[in-house]
Parts: sequence; structure tokens; C-alpha cells
Amino acid sequence: MALDRTTAPNIKDAVDFDIQLKPCQQYVLDNGVEVHAFEGGAQEVMLMELVFFAGNSYETKNWVAPATNYLLKNGTSTKSAFEVNDAFEFYGAYLNRSCYNETATISLHTLTKHFGELIPMVSELVADAVFPENELDIYAKNQIQQLTLNLKKGDFIANRHIDEYLFGIQHPYGKYSTEESYNQLTRDDLVAYYNKYYKEGKCIVFMAGKFPANMESILNKYIGVLPLNKNKIELPEHAIIAATEKKYSVVNDPSSVQGSIRIARHFPNRHHPDFAGAQVLNNIFGGFFGSRLMSNIREDKGYTYGIHSYLQNHIQQNAWLVSTDAGKDVCRATIDEVYKEMGILRNELVDMDELKLVKNYMLGSLLGDVDGPFQIIGRWKSYILNGLTDEYFYNTIHTVRAIQPEQIKALANTYLKEEDFYELVVY
Amino acid sequence: MIQFDRFQLANGLKVLVHQDTTTPMAVLNILYNVGAKDENPTKTGFAHLFEHLMFGGSVHIPEYDEPLQRAGGENNAYTTNDLTNYYCQLPAENIETAFWLESDRMLSLAFSPKSLEVQRKVVCEEFKEHYINKPYGDAWHKMRTLAYTQHPYQWMTIGASLEHVEQVNMEEVKEFFFQFYRPNNAILVVTGNVKTEDIKVLAEKWFGPIPAGKPYERNLPQEPKQEKNRSLDVRADVPMDMLMMTWHMGGRFDSGYHATDLLTEVLGGGASSRLYEQLIKVKQLFSSISCFHFGTIDPGLFVITGKLVKGITMSVAEKAVLAEVEKMKTELLDSKEVQKVINKTESMICFEDMSIMNRAQSLAFYELLGDAALMNEELAKYLAVTPELIQATAKTIFAEGNRNTLYYYSNTVA
Repeated sequence: MALDRTTAPNIKDAVDFDIQLKPCQQYVLDNGVEVHAFEGGAQEVMLMELVFFAGNSYETKNWVAPATNYLLKNGTSTKSAFEVNDAFEFYGAYLNRSCYNETATISLHTLTKHFGELIPMVSELVADAVFPENELDIYAKNQIQQLTLNLKKGDFIANRHIDEYLFGIQHPYGKYSTEESYNQLTRDDLVAYYNKYYKEGKCIVFMAGKFPANMESILNKYIGVLPLNKNKIELPEHAIIAATEKKYSVVNDPSSVQGSIRIARHFPNRHHPDFAGAQVLNNIFGGFFGSRLMSNIREDKGYTYGIHSYLQNHIQQNAWLVSTDAGKDVCRATIDEVYKEMGILRNELVDMDELKLVKNYMLGSLLGDVDGPFQIIGRWKSYILNGLTDEYFYNTIHTVRAIQPEQIKALANTYLKEEDFYELVVY
Repeated sequence: MIQFDRFQLANGLKVLVHQDTTTPMAVLNILYNVGAKDENPTKTGFAHLFEHLMFGGSVHIPEYDEPLQRAGGENNAYTTNDLTNYYCQLPAENIETAFWLESDRMLSLAFSPKSLEVQRKVVCEEFKEHYINKPYGDAWHKMRTLAYTQHPYQWMTIGASLEHVEQVNMEEVKEFFFQFYRPNNAILVVTGNVKTEDIKVLAEKWFGPIPAGKPYERNLPQEPKQEKNRSLDVRADVPMDMLMMTWHMGGRFDSGYHATDLLTEVLGGGASSRLYEQLIKVKQLFSSISCFHFGTIDPGLFVITGKLVKGITMSVAEKAVLAEVEKMKTELLDSKEVQKVINKTESMICFEDMSIMNRAQSLAFYELLGDAALMNEELAKYLAVTPELIQATAKTIFAEGNRNTLYYYSNTVA
């Protein structure tokens, strides 16, 4: 019998998969620091991430939080920046640090067999970073050069502006760096910030991978003895001051051959009951390769290499964004098509077949996303920092499975109205 | 140690299977032995444009993505100068969907005129986004043309010019497909929660009936040994000067390949590397600097490139780089520095092997090199590198006359 290539093989619908978020272990160190740990994986590797409540929401002077985070590995009272870096790199380990809005992290990726050699170094960075003046000078100078370069790029300008319109230049989500902010940083600013938000700050530890035998006692020996979690760290309140004008066109480079388009509106945080349903709507709209925006604007019209919509992942307040770079002559047409797709979602019920495809896609990706120790701890971290539990995970799955075209249409009528959106093109 | 089974279909398709029962997912990876180096010099960018067309529907299936997404899967592809690779990941229970989709597009594409017309535009936008509308976006184009006079590595995968991409016609698309996208020119790898017996059945069922093509005999012009240093001045509206230097190095089978890889680590791997410490921190000549190599199958380029601190002249920056390079030729590494690069390599290999996606791509790549089992011998090859070998390799690569330099000047008035 000839092979039938026109009929798809039978599939198990991803909506029927039993998707579990494996539980992680929790314990508290001698100094009150919480540890969340997921042990597993085939490779002899591990991750330790220290999350501090030291994001830019806490700074009172622009860019002190990211600069402190960046430079905390550039020297201790006994080691130069080179010696610190060399100590980690000698073992093939990766020491990274990142600064976000509410939190700032120090993370270590290493082969399990070297963890014992490296954790004293991590502990030293939390207890004894000294921020040499010279290191700050080099940082400021090089960051200013990097900024000058980035300011030539339309997409960089567009990302800065759209956040500013949505949240205001004073808000942690809306502010950005300038040459002046780098020039005004002083060593005293960094030391004071470090002392308050790292050295005696609030910290949560996340661990994943293959652990050495006596993990908990090692952590107690090097992290549990630090003076953390003693002081109450209050998250300052920041008012959102959104721009009144909604439409913007900025010329950054007259010779540019493309425009960077951002279309955005405010959206509630993850605790809002519409959040999970909006993720489904977002996927239909512009959330993946098979979305309506991609199908129409890339695959049918060829206006762009890619167009995406997404919900931000802020703790206080989110935004819903559409982002693309399109040919200069088709920027207006691209924007019109985005609004047209919003209109279709508001006015027409999504086809059951398309909805099922999106549900399967979302749940299939989710199955892949909770596979592997680093992915699992990453999801737990996100829930814990957002004040959620795994109930959120299962509720989201339930919403994705159960949502109907009428609810999608209702959500589109609430959230996808052209007049609510900020619109920006940077040429 | 990555275990795998291997078999070959009568039409020449090589199939590799690696089982991992700890994941609910599976990956199907298919590598075609064709890259930008196989293009006609007057029609560059073709292999990459073709990768886009592979998503424009096949002979029995109008849309590739939709059924895959319906099965809970995701996919992507990339084209390099050496190869074109397609991969998808989906719940293991739905792996047959991937076989159905991939085999149909190997059997034949739909060759839809609309798809060609749209993807030409999409690739032109990609070209603009990455290579025109970006400061220094043309640097690699210029460097490749400077360093290679004969070998097709002289153009980038995106193509030498927008015009080449704009002019592609359907006849050329068909010819390219039936020349390169044949089972005997491909390697199929399945990893994840699957069994070899089941994969054998599926491979025979879906790929078995596809006829073999005429074997492709690659006969590329080889680059003659460069005897004299070359350089090029560029002036553009960029905020700071950039120095880019390259040297010809051996290919993937060269006995000095692993030593070359470690050499880039010593010079440019991380914030404790020599170039970072000396040129950014101590001398403060560069605001950023990196050192890497092409990792290509045919002889590639060893690269050092960085942006200069404002006020530093190109010649001062260049001399400082050359001084570091000279040290690699005249001084042996001490044992601690050797141990460090070995540790880094071991760590990198372990982290890379974490996902079934990476394992699939590595197996396919090493099979292309001749034997997937080579993947498990890599660490031993790095461990065998001695300080003497690194020094000898440095002497070969950094030989006088083997260098190409791009002086990329900012014409912005400070």
C-alpha cells in the first residue's frame, strides 16, 4: 500500500498531557536565608543563584543599582579584579551578575566537583567587595562608549522610549542610563548601596543540578554565617507617570533603511485573573511563529524579518507590547496591519481549530520548559519572587485548556483597543 | 559520554538515535551537507534563502509549521558557511509528526511562487536589519573579502549583496533542491525519550521511499597561502574606531585545531584572559575586545577585534595587540594557565551536553565530520594539547604575512 503523505499521523493532544512542575526542596540557613533547591540532571553540573532585593527600585540616584551589581566582582580587600575573575575562570566556572527592577543576582554555573573550591569566593564577594576607584572609572568610561554606540541603533532607542512613555522616566521600569548618570557615580554611592542591599541585605538562594553530598552544611558554612536578612528592606513605592501623548515618530538616523516599531499598552501583573487568558490571546495575536501577526506581516507580506507581541514580566505592573523592525517604506502599512489584526480579534470569534493549535503549542512548549533542573528552578524562582505558588502553574494550565473563543473575544475587547496603545517608530 | 545507535537507509540517509528517558521530549534534527560555501559566486545568499523556502510548504503538506505546533512542537533552522541544519522539539509521543513533515519536504518542496516572492523580501529585511541598519554591520563583509581571494568563505551566509538575493528565480531553486536536499546528502538525528527500534521503523516508513540523488562532489577552490599582510581602511558614521585583525588558521581536521581553540581562550576567554586584562584594564586602550575563531571545516580565520577607547590611536592599539600575540610565540604558557583552559573546556563541554537539542546538533555535526563518536573524544584531544603545541600553533598562525587588518575609523567629529 502506498504511503499516505497527505494525512497527518495521529497525535496526542498536548492539552491531554499530564504536565507537572516537580517540587523543589526548601530549607532555611542559620542566618534566616531561604534556600530553594532542585536536584537532578544527567550532567555533573550545578547552578547557584543568590537573589538580593537590590534592583533599581531601591536606588535613589540613577544607575547606582546596576553599577554596584556589575562591579561587585571587581575586587575584594585581599584580591584584585583580575584575581577574582581568575579564581572562577580557573575552574571553568561562570560567575554572572544581573540587575533587574526589584532584584539583582549573583549566579554561579560550575562543574559540581569544583563547587567546594568556589563557594568561599562567592561568599567573599557578598561580604567583602571593595569597589576600587580605578575599576569604577574604567567601567564608567567604557559604558559611556557602549552607550554612544547603542544610541546609533534604532531598536535600542525604541526600547528606551517606549518604557519611558509607559512608566515615566522616574519609574524603575521607565528610567535609563545617560552619559551624565555614569559620570555622576561615585565610589561612596556604590559602597553605601552594597552595604545596605548586599552585605546586610535580603537574600534568597536558588540551587539546581547535581549537588555535592553535604550541600546544606556547605551553604551554612559560607552563606549561613553572613549578616544577611537582619534588616527590613522596604520596597519603595514608585508612581507610574505615563505620557499623555500616545503617538511618536523619532528620527535617529536619517539614512536608516528600517524603522523600529513599538506598540504598547499597560497590563496588570500576574496576580490579575486575566493574565493566563491574555497569554492565550497573545499567542494567537503575535506570540509565536504561527501567530496572526507573523503570518500576515512576515509570511504573507514580507514587510519584516520578524514581528512579536508579548506580555512583560514585571512584578508591579506590566505592559503588552508589539515589537518589530520593518522596511522604512512599509512601517505605516505594518502598523495599520497590527491594528487590523486587533480589530479582527475584537470582532470575530477565533476558529476552534486555530485555538486548539495555539493551546497545543503552548502546552507542548510548557512541557519542554519544565524539563531539566535549571529550567525547573527558574520557574520556581519566578513564582517565589512574584509571590505565587505552584497553584499558579496548575491554574494557568487549566485556563489554557478550558478557554473558549467567546472569552478570547471578550479579552480582545478589553485589552486590544487601538486607542489604548502607545505607538512609536524610530527611523 | 553520549551513547548512540547508528544505521543507514538504502537511499543513503544516515540515522543516529540517542535515547534519554529522563525527558518527556524528543528532538528531530536534520543536517544537510550544504552551506554558503557551495554557492555560485554570482548567486550568493542562496543556501540561506533556501532555508527560508523550506518553511513555505512541501509537496503534500501546505504548511510546515502548523501541524508541528498542533503536535506541541517548536522548530527552527540555521545556515552556516558549511552546512544547513533544521531541528524541531516536541513531546516524544508525537515524534511521528516530525518524521512526516521532514520527510515530505525532503521528498519535494511545493515550489510556491508566492513563498519565493515573500521570502526574498523577508531575507532582504533580515539583511537590512543585521548588516545595513547597524553600526559596523558591513565589517565582516569587508574582512571576508580582504582575507579570502579564492575560497568561498569570502562571502557571508546572508549573501554578498542584496541584489543576489533579489534575483533568485524558481528554476535555480529547484536545481539547488534536487542537487543538495537528497537523503544521501543528509544526516538525521533523533534524541530524547525514543527507542532505536521505533525510530528504525519510522525512518524506513517516511524516508525510505525518497530516491537518492546524484552524489555531490565538493570541489572548492582552496585559498593559497597568504604571503603578505593585507589591510583596508574604512571610514563610516560610527561612534568609535574599531580594529579587526584576522589570521588564516587550519581547518577542522588540522592537527593544530584544538590548540588553536585553546589559544583563543588564553587570549580572549573571559575577564581574566590576557587581552581583557592587559588591553582593557591595565593599558586601557580598548573599551571591548574579543578573540575567537571561525570553527569552520575548511581553513578558517583566527580573529581579534575590539573598539578603541576614545583618544587612542589605531597604531598604538594595533601595536599592543601584536605585542600580546608575539608573547604567545616567544613564551611558553605556565602549567596553571594550561590547566585553566583545560578546565574551561571540560566545563563548556558538560554544559553544552545538558539539553537533548544540543546533543542532537553535536551528533549531527560530528557525523558530518566523519563519525559521531568523535564527539566523545573531544575532551581527550584538548587534554593532549601541550604548552609546546600551543606555542608552535601560535608561531604558525601569527606568522608574518598571514595577517589581515581592517582599520574601521569613525568619521564622527568628537
